[in-house]
Amino acid sequence: MTVVDAPGTAVLVPPGAAVPAAPPAETGLQEAWPGRRGRRSLTIPRSVRRLVGPLLLVAVWQALTAGGVVSARTLAPPADVYRAGLELWQAGELQAHLLASLRRAAAGLGIGVSVGVLLATITGLLRLADDLVDPAVQVLRAVPVLGLLPLVIIWFGIGEAPKIALVAIGTAFPVYVNTHAAIRGVDAKLVEAATTFGLRRGSLIRHVVLPGAVPGFLVGLRFALTGAWLIMIVAEQINAKTGIGFLMNEARVWFRTDIIVLGLVVYGVLGLVTDGIVRLLERTLLSWRRGFAGS
Amino acid sequence: MSQTIGLADEAVATPAPRPGGPAVVLRDVRRRFGSRVVLDGIDLDIGRDEFVALLGRSGSGKSTLLRALAGLDPDYEGSVQVPAARSVVFQEPRLLPWRRVLQNVVLGLPRGARARRQGAAALTEVGLSDHVGAWPATLSGGEAQRVALARALVREPALLLLDEPFGALDALTRLRMHRLLQDLCARHAPAVLLVTHDVDEAISLADRILVLDGGRITVDRRVELDRPRERTDPRTEALRAELLVSLGV
Repeated sequence: MTVVDAPGTAVLVPPGAAVPAAPPAETGLQEAWPGRRGRRSLTIPRSVRRLVGPLLLVAVWQALTAGGVVSARTLAPPADVYRAGLELWQAGELQAHLLASLRRAAAGLGIGVSVGVLLATITGLLRLADDLVDPAVQVLRAVPVLGLLPLVIIWFGIGEAPKIALVAIGTAFPVYVNTHAAIRGVDAKLVEAATTFGLRRGSLIRHVVLPGAVPGFLVGLRFALTGAWLIMIVAEQINAKTGIGFLMNEARVWFRTDIIVLGLVVYGVLGLVTDGIVRLLERTLLSWRRGFAGS
Repeated sequence: MSQTIGLADEAVATPAPRPGGPAVVLRDVRRRFGSRVVLDGIDLDIGRDEFVALLGRSGSGKSTLLRALAGLDPDYEGSVQVPAARSVVFQEPRLLPWRRVLQNVVLGLPRGARARRQGAAALTEVGLSDHVGAWPATLSGGEAQRVALARALVREPALLLLDEPFGALDALTRLRMHRLLQDLCARHAPAVLLVTHDVDEAISLADRILVLDGGRITVDRRVELDRPRERTDPRTEALRAELLVSLGV
């Protein structure tokens, strides 16, 4: 940076050094940002920085349990959990239980999300259906899903059906409520403009109403996925022979806290993975929102 | 410069319809919202390539009239005869945010290469050939409104309805849009009804200016000034002053 001090003399100022400023007293003005500007923040990548918290948590957990402050019967140390996981994996048990849980979740979600979307589309588009169905759905929504457990067992027995049914019921509601609200929230001005361009009912739904409801649907889907794993944990601990929940319940009998924690970790990972799937869906389905022209 | 200022019933007869018959024929059009009468017996003919500006204070019923012409209002009384090929440009662009620019332009046209070609040509006409694949969210206000114009014109409307289409734009963009609109209208020659509250906009664009007041057309006036119409021209100034009086300013 070159600052001309007096005619003919140029004073070189090293980059980054503060330019001599007029004392505030003279002009009554001050620099808008008094500190150093253009400074780069720490060069550690953000993803690495974000890992510090969880790693610290595991370290504290290990220190407390291995050091004897907390006994292994109360909470197994992370190393034991890892070993238990490895053993169960090598025996092929973990995969079998995981697959059983995934199957139930997928079936339940498939049914629940389909029913939710279908119902929301019908009630969102037809006022008569809305008046007939929506109040009933809103009342049923207030019933806690897990409270239905005894009834579901009586209806569907003790096989796979009650577990799938419970997940389906629990996921249909958030999908329905959010999709319904989103359809109703589609800008009437857009619908009006589209009708002036000759769009009739079918194409209006396809081009205007349903795409406009996608953001709301995805919110509902997110709730549904979280809810699905929550319901699975409970449903699999009752009358199940397979599944992560069963694995944990069985471990309880033998005081195997390492396997119980392993089950929790698996549920956590499943939750993260499903959340990532929704985020990926959002990125592809809602690319118009980000506003980039990328094709 | 011919002048025809008069009451509604007198006004209809005065401007001679263009050859080829009128594009719009309104007879005794009335519209009530509850007990409030918004349109109180409108008679109006608009010629085939006539550019008509409809002025009026806010709440004077100009948009109500436009909505009736656009086929967005089933509850008017009287007779509203309009061509089948109509397009509307609203104050907001009203583009579908989840469809790219070209898809917005060809919305509702029969799908295919022909529609895409026409849509691309319309976008070229409004100077947006580079934005064919852009998302509406990336456009500026003026660009979005140009897309809305392209979407209206790609249908080759016999009647183009403009509901304060430049009201939300900045002054510079508005002037540029005026010039663009004049070019487009010269090329496509639709009948145009421009609803506006901007007297200068009406004077610079229209062949004929109407003032709507109390649900009736109180002024129906040909503008026979040469184009481009200079704001400083004394005749323009006289016309502006006169229109402002009739708007109660």
